[in-house]
Amino acid sequence: MVQKLERLRETASQTGGPYVHIGCLPSFTGITSIFPEDLGRSPIAEGARGEIVTITGSVYDGTGWALRDAMLESWQPDASGIFPGHEGADPAVSGFCRFAADKDSGEFTLRTVKPGAVRARDGTLQAPHVALWITARGINVGLQTRIYFSDEDNSADPLLARIEQGPRKQTLIAEATGDGSYRFDIVLQGPGETVFLDM
Amino acid sequence: MTDPLIPRDRSAHPDAYDPGYKTSVVRAPTMPLLSLDSGPTEETGPVFGHDLLGPLDHDLTQNFTQGAGLAMGERILVHGRVLDENARPVPHALVEVWQANAGGRYRHVKDGYTAPLDPNFGGAGRCMTDAQGYYEFFTVKPGAYPWPNRGNDWRPAHIHFSLFGHAFAQRLITQMYFEGDPLIPLCPIAATVKDRSQLDRLVAPLDMAMSKPMDFLAYKFDIVLRGTRQTMFENKPEGA
Ligand SMILES: [Fe+3]
Repeated sequence: MVQKLERLRETASQTGGPYVHIGCLPSFTGITSIFPEDLGRSPIAEGARGEIVTITGSVYDGTGWALRDAMLESWQPDASGIFPGHEGADPAVSGFCRFAADKDSGEFTLRTVKPGAVRARDGTLQAPHVALWITARGINVGLQTRIYFSDEDNSADPLLARIEQGPRKQTLIAEATGDGSYRFDIVLQGPGETVFLDM
Repeated sequence: MTDPLIPRDRSAHPDAYDPGYKTSVVRAPTMPLLSLDSGPTEETGPVFGHDLLGPLDHDLTQNFTQGAGLAMGERILVHGRVLDENARPVPHALVEVWQANAGGRYRHVKDGYTAPLDPNFGGAGRCMTDAQGYYEFFTVKPGAYPWPNRGNDWRPAHIHFSLFGHAFAQRLITQMYFEGDPLIPLCPIAATVKDRSQLDRLVAPLDMAMSKPMDFLAYKFDIVLRGTRQTMFENKPEGA
């Protein structure tokens, strides 16, 4: 016998199910009397410093069908790479957004400020990115990934450098389509499968 | 929080692919997840103030009507603690819940179950943990409901939970079940949790000590979120 490790195990995840919007984006389901507004309606307030960008995409399953019931959350720093709540952070950037795939088209839109590069603990710079978390019916553990930007220099990013297969890196890079707009599709399974993070 | 997170123990969780839960089959990634050490992106997260909460947010028996009418069903208090893997309380964690009504029906266009809607029940609520990690909300016990999966699958009574700790990578969505429900061992979604002790931890015991005579029963549901690796001499509480 050895001594016991006094550590608890994380509670098991369960799928958010088909009605995740009731709890997370109630107005999406027509429930408007409980809360004044849904949580995380926008990651930025009026006057946020930096370039406003719009990221549009869909979440595809293994058959190529765009999920109509996906719910997504994003988290990011301000245009200087400072996370909300930290010294010098832009007070107009909350950094957090909750949004849903459209119930008819499956398309989502995230309007935010383009984040700045982030300095990691070891001093290395990470290319500008937005963290993304995806939940839906059939997803047993929420999926973590990142959105990078095709018009930024991503060559030295430590996370992208960890991905051996060049084409797979592309799954994390939103393609600039002009006028501050980007396309970022997520593929849950199969050819072009998005890189998800063990995080 | 800017301490590195303890890497996620994936054996505590369901696999992405579970043929017993058919929808997971086409929604499960097949490639291995990319492992990395946590950094600022994962270790920070949105902070929600107590001013977010309205007076009835944590009372699902009243919040849909804002007190004008009471929901139908067995009145229950659900309470517990949110701790991290180091057994420290997680204060100011946002706990969001949603559930079916007492008849097993969700207020959702896609729910076509025969059980009727309750005009006084919306099915959503939220609360925050206090400095010791305690939370509680008040609701009615949800009913079991059938769902299209295999020939005759029913969900045990359950409440969906969504949790924010202090780090974006602590995000967790899970479900709470009720002690003694015979449908739990038959449920393919509960069965995605392969580790029996992990599944048992999703089942809330009846807590008569916290119930109130002639008013409500209580169930206790404790939740553990991911913790951080900390140096031994730096014993600061999480979130400080
Ligand atoms: Fe449910």
